[in-house]
Parts: sequence; C-alpha cells; structure tokens
Amino acid sequence: MKLKREKWKKEYLGRTAVTLAGLFIIVLTLAIGAFLFYKGTATFTSDHHTVAEFLFSSNWEPAQQGSGGKVGAAIFIVGSIIISAFALLLATPFSIAAALFMTEISPSAGRRILQPAVEIFVGIPSVVYGWVGLTVLVPFLAKVFNLAYGYSVLAGAIVLAVMISPTITSVAADAIRSVPNEYREASYGLGSTRWQMIYRVVIPAAMPGILTGVVLGLARAFGEALAVAMVIGKMQAFPKGLLSPTTNLTAEITASMGNTAEGSEWNNALWAMALLLLIISFLFIVIIRLIGKKGADKT
Amino acid sequence: METKISVKSLNLHYGEFHALKNISIDIPENSVMALIGPSGCGKSTFLKALNRMDDLVPNVKIEGTVLLDGKNIYSPETDVTLLRKRVGMVFQRPNPFPMSIYDNIAYGPRIHGVKSHRQLDETVESSLCGAALWDEVKDRLHKNAIGLSGGQQQRLCIARALAIKPEVLLMDEPTSALDPISTMKVEELIGTLKKKYTIVIVTHNMQQAARISENTAFFLHGEIVEYGETGQLFSMPKEKKTEAYITGRFG
Repeated sequence: MKLKREKWKKEYLGRTAVTLAGLFIIVLTLAIGAFLFYKGTATFTSDHHTVAEFLFSSNWEPAQQGSGGKVGAAIFIVGSIIISAFALLLATPFSIAAALFMTEISPSAGRRILQPAVEIFVGIPSVVYGWVGLTVLVPFLAKVFNLAYGYSVLAGAIVLAVMISPTITSVAADAIRSVPNEYREASYGLGSTRWQMIYRVVIPAAMPGILTGVVLGLARAFGEALAVAMVIGKMQAFPKGLLSPTTNLTAEITASMGNTAEGSEWNNALWAMALLLLIISFLFIVIIRLIGKKGADKT
Repeated sequence: METKISVKSLNLHYGEFHALKNISIDIPENSVMALIGPSGCGKSTFLKALNRMDDLVPNVKIEGTVLLDGKNIYSPETDVTLLRKRVGMVFQRPNPFPMSIYDNIAYGPRIHGVKSHRQLDETVESSLCGAALWDEVKDRLHKNAIGLSGGQQQRLCIARALAIKPEVLLMDEPTSALDPISTMKVEELIGTLKKKYTIVIVTHNMQQAARISENTAFFLHGEIVEYGETGQLFSMPKEKKTEAYITGRFG
C-alpha cells in the first residue's frame, strides 16, 4: 500500500499537474477565440450588416443604442494595412543589414554589444516608443514638411519600423548564424569574396528564417495599438498621402471601446474589428508555418 | 617532373601554438602527393596553407614562402580569390550548397563572371563528366543537391571544384565520410584527374596513400619527418619514426 503511494507521488503527481496546466492553457485560448467569434459576428447576425459592407464601405456611423447605423470599417482596415506595409518596407532592409553586420562582418562586436542591445530593444514597452514618437518625431515631421501637425501615416510607419526592427534583426541573425560554416568554407574555397559568399550562399540558405522574422515583425506591427494611436492623428478619413493623418483598427478599438454600451451596434462593430485582427494574425502564423515547411523541404 | 608548388621554411602559429614548423617540400606537377600522419600533426593545416584558407582563422601568423609556379602566394600582391580559383579544394565532409545540382556547379564560374548560359551548360556537363557523376545526375540537374547520397555529394563537390578550372586540387580526407564503394569511385576518379591536375590529398588511410599517390609526406607534431616517392617511403623508410607509424606501432 505504502509502496503504491510512493509510486503515485513519484510518477503521477507531476504528470497530472503538467497535464492540467497544459489543458488549462488550451481551454483558455479556445475560450477566448470562441468568445471573440461570438461577439465579433453579432454585427452580421443580430445587426444584419453584410461582411462586404464591413470590409469595403467607409461609411462608419454605428448607432450608439440599438441598431440602424453604418458599420463600414474600410478606413481602419486600409489604415492598418498601409501603415504596417510601410513600416515593413522601412524596417526590413535595415534589419537584414544589421543582422548581417552582427553575424558575418563583425561577429565579436555583434555578440558582445549588438545582440544584447537588440534584445533590450525588443523588450521596450510600446508606450515608450509612442511617447518618443509623439515628442520628437511628430514635431520634427511638422517642421520638415511644413505641416500644421506632424500626425501622419509616415509618423506611424516610422514608429512601428523602429519598434519591429529589433524583432526582425534578432530572428534574422539567428537564422544567419545557423547557416553551416561548411557552406562558407566551400564558397571561399571556390575563390569567392566575402560579399559574394554572403549574398549568394548565406542569405539564400537563411531565407526561410529571415522571412519568418519579417512576418513576425509584420504581425507585431499589425497588432500594435498604443504606439500607433499616439502618432497617427486618429482622423476618420482615408489618408491622402504619406503625410496625412488617418486611423486604423487598433487605434479605433482602443479609442472607442470605453464609450460604447454593451450590445449596441457600435460595440458589436468594434468586436467585429477585434475578430478581424485575430483572423489576420492567424493568417500570419499560417504563413510563417508554410515558409518554415518550405525551408525544411529544401534541406 | 616539373615542380608545381615549392614550399620553403613555412612556419604557422595559431596564437601561441606552433602548428607548422619549418616545412619545406616540393610538390611535382600532374601527380598525387599524399600527406599522412596522426591526428593533429598539422597535415590539414598545411593543406589549407596552400590556398590560404588558413587566413580565415583568427590569430593566425604565417612566415615563409609558398611558390606556385615560382610566385610566392603569400606576397602582398597576391589576389587571394584568384589564387583559390587556381588552387581548388575538396573538404572532408561533403558540403554541397542547398541549391540545385546545376547551381552548385555553376556557382564558381558565376562568381568569376561567367554569365552566358551556353558556357555554363558546357561547364556543368564537362565538370560532372570529369567527376564521373554525369550519368547519374543528368536527368535531375535542377533537383536539390542535398538529395544525393554522400558519395555522390562528394563527387559533386569535386565537380564543383573542377568547374573553375583549377590547376591544383587540395583534398582534405575526401573519403573519410564515405562507404567503401563510394571511396573506390573517388579513388578511381583521383587516378584520372592527376593527368590534368596536381593533387595534394590528406588521408588517414595508409593503404589509400599507397594506392593512389606518387609521393607521400609523413607529418608528425607539425614537422615533415620524411617525404619522397610513395613506394620507397612505405617499403624502405629512412626514419625510425616513419617506420613505426606505417607499421602501426603508434598513431
């Protein structure tokens, strides 16, 4: 009897605790997903709007109470897409260059100085980036481009680019570092210069990892609320250019969620936007998996 | 026979470690020179000194001269990439790039400026034929090279080295990661390649050295104990240490 209890303690106690904790996390995630799906579809089920209206119309006048307003979220969706796209365009070349510098060109400085610095930058809270953007970048843009206010797509994109480039850099650097040294030796042995070795062998071999970093950066940019909301201007109109203000999904959700009544059309429409964010980030994860699989097939 | 490479009092330090001590040796053209000796004796280091791959190691210091066709490769005027084009290398573990068979072979010509498709096609075919691999891969040139067997990969690496039309081929234990049949194929290949190229090969296998080489050098603790004609060295070594090593009493 005693022996059996000993065995129970040694074998099953830990196993049960770990299993329960694991199940809890899975249930929690599914519950959040289900809740978001339930809330997010109310716009289409109980308020009887079409998905097409939500995605493609820019007429955004949801009713405060009951229903009967317009829920066209196209401005927010377009805002999110162009700001993230520009942020990615700005951040990717710099990040890959930085990753190459700290792995191939100057590995010792990379390990001792750049790597820790990049890791710290990944961990800086987004409100700090937003505040610095608000205090430095927005007035700077206003002055340089002679604008009334510096709040703009460009300001949002720059803040996001600075925010996501450490993520891309650190994932890309890991990918480059994991390229086997034998490839580098083989390339040198054939009389290549260091640069030829880097762009013809190392970058292609590290490509799946680099792309994973880019998609991770994109996912972070898309889901970021605070930093963008602080510098984008929150104006409900399509941007006329890089220098004009607009708004996006996350900024609208954070700005309005406190003002809406539970169950109203406005509230439901915000939940629909939250569901859209979840779907988009889910798509990004699928893309990362596909890239990873393609990379694994190659080697 | 003409001397292709002439090494004079070569000393090499890795930081404090004296890895090569006063090496002097002449390597004749169009023949196979085998380097034998126990692990850590400096034979691989010496091999890499012949196309300056040692340069890539941090804290390395090299003194002395290595004359390739009478010109010192360690003189400041040497273009290292050009040197490595003339002195190709095959490594211990097969290391094809993770790209197609075709792109692997075309890699060398491309980095040295060949763009014409016809010329690249010709080089790929002739190099693969030269490495006795053409018949096995001609139908899947655009498949990834990682899918080849270990022996095929190593012959691919030899073909890749041949594609830049080198004069000398350095081989660092090219068969140590291969099975006996693949080893036999690579050895046969070396036998045909020596008609056109000067080959220096590091090997741990003394039967292999005896089978394929004209000359053999025995390395011990960073020095050349003895070198000369292979048959001579194996049947009547001049030095006691050489005799002890080749009869298996140490190493």
